[in-house]
Amino acid sequence: MRNRSYFASLVGSELSILFRRRRTWAMLGTISLIPIALSIAVKLSGATVLPGEGPPFLDRVSHNGLFVAFTAMVVAIPLFLPLTIGVVAGDTIAGEASTGTLRYLLIAPVNRSRLLLVKFVGAATFCVAAVVTLLLTGIVIGSILFPVGPVTLLSGDVISVQAALVRILLIGLYVTISLMGLSAVGLFLSTLTVIPVGAMAATVIVSTVMQILGSLPQISGIHPYLLSYYWLGFADILRNPLSLGSLWSNSLLQLSYIVIFGALSYSRFTSKDILS
Amino acid sequence: MSQTLDPQFAIATSGLTKSFGSYNAVDEIDLRVPKGSVFGFLGPNGSGKTTTIRMLLGLANISAGEVSLLGSSVPSGLGEVLPKVGALVEGPAFYPYLSGRDNLFRFDSADRNADSRTRAQRVDAALARVGLTQAAGKKVHAYSLGMKQRLGIANALLQPRELLVLDEPTNGLDPQGTREVRNLIRALAAEGITIFISSHLLAEIEQICTHLAVMSRGRIVAQGSVEELSAGQTLKLTLETSQTDEAIRILKGEGIDAIADGNIVSAVLTSEQTAPERIVEMLVLGKVGVRSFSVQAPTLEDRFVLLTGEGFEVAQ
Repeated sequence: MRNRSYFASLVGSELSILFRRRRTWAMLGTISLIPIALSIAVKLSGATVLPGEGPPFLDRVSHNGLFVAFTAMVVAIPLFLPLTIGVVAGDTIAGEASTGTLRYLLIAPVNRSRLLLVKFVGAATFCVAAVVTLLLTGIVIGSILFPVGPVTLLSGDVISVQAALVRILLIGLYVTISLMGLSAVGLFLSTLTVIPVGAMAATVIVSTVMQILGSLPQISGIHPYLLSYYWLGFADILRNPLSLGSLWSNSLLQLSYIVIFGALSYSRFTSKDILS
Repeated sequence: MSQTLDPQFAIATSGLTKSFGSYNAVDEIDLRVPKGSVFGFLGPNGSGKTTTIRMLLGLANISAGEVSLLGSSVPSGLGEVLPKVGALVEGPAFYPYLSGRDNLFRFDSADRNADSRTRAQRVDAALARVGLTQAAGKKVHAYSLGMKQRLGIANALLQPRELLVLDEPTNGLDPQGTREVRNLIRALAAEGITIFISSHLLAEIEQICTHLAVMSRGRIVAQGSVEELSAGQTLKLTLETSQTDEAIRILKGEGIDAIADGNIVSAVLTSEQTAPERIVEMLVLGKVGVRSFSVQAPTLEDRFVLLTGEGFEVAQ
């Protein structure tokens, strides 16, 4: 019991540090600009967007404000979300090492594997916050600027607004899970250096390389193992009957990345000389 | 092992070594820090003091040898023993965007033995102890180096400790701040806390230490109580003359190495060497005009310059 309250208090401290940094709020603020900019652009242009023009679902935005959230997500997931995750996950250990606070945490003492776990929980919480910010802003701005009504799914079926909100929630879950593997990669890279910017850049590079590899048909054999393979697969959630197949496959893939990079982080961090 | 785990020592190491590649930053040192002592850990910058401290606290892996900290083996017993140890390692480090108080909250919440119900009270008491109550709400990036140093000491005092490891606690402090830190250390020592304090400036800690160890190039070159170390067999000879070269030549003839600084010639005499009375006689017979001649027991500083082969402020 005491152990659990210790862990909870450490996680609380980690989150309070994360969410008291201006940088975190600047990133969340920028994330919220994506749906806002997108809606304003569509609203101001006035012209009807043709299907297939611009990002997926863009043609539906002016008919139904709920599509702002979907479109913004499609826009944000290849670059912007991985960028912010890279900043947070890359900073986890390297950031503490560069300020020297890592040595004071370790002699407090906090167990190294527990600190890693707390750092991962922190990064994962930021993923949730980023996704929630994006979807929530999308829903709000979409319903302000555009009509909101029953949603026509990709399969042609029409579902109620409430049912559509459930789907949005599922998409949030899907995308959050999608970002977990990258968070684990960032955590590992962060244990390798005392220069946080290096770990952040490396994490973003990993995400970009994965997507480039994923676009090369010649190596389609390795595609299902790429971190980003299911990133855009959440369109499945917009069909009837609801198919959660890609949600499960994605979860399994992300879990594998978490296990592998979690183990690498553990072996690296628990044996490392803290000389900063 | 039985010797290193001797309970009379707060810190005991045997053959403690840290290698970086083929270079031994710390080379087979045997530290003996008695419980209740104020132990000065001296040496020039780069002599391996901080690396030793990192190994004592489990921050750096031990390449060879053994460490016992308050009777527990390092690193296996660190989990139980670290809560009893407060430390300042290689300068204070904080989250600049948090206030002094919030920084202490952060570090205290990382201590698995800390009771969260008493946290606020303990943090405030530690801040008061180092005189930072007024500045507790200010963000640390607005702190002066001296305030950060004091906040670092407050962090080491969040819990009742049995051992304080203070690495260069007076770094960056003005003379007044240095005095305050010394007084704080005296008060803590009076409570029975063992204090292990490293410094490259002997003068800053000489007055408060009961024991000393001197490191040079990764090795301990002297260790013991201040009395033991002061009661040397050597004498410091100082003479003033305008014929320095001639004086040095005569001393050299007696096997004594002397150095000249302006008109002052100085040398260290061991008891086996020529008696000072005989030296005066020889100088006079050699027609060296002696303006003054004195023989003193050397200060600790003189001895350590002798032991480390360099002044204390010289980096290697």
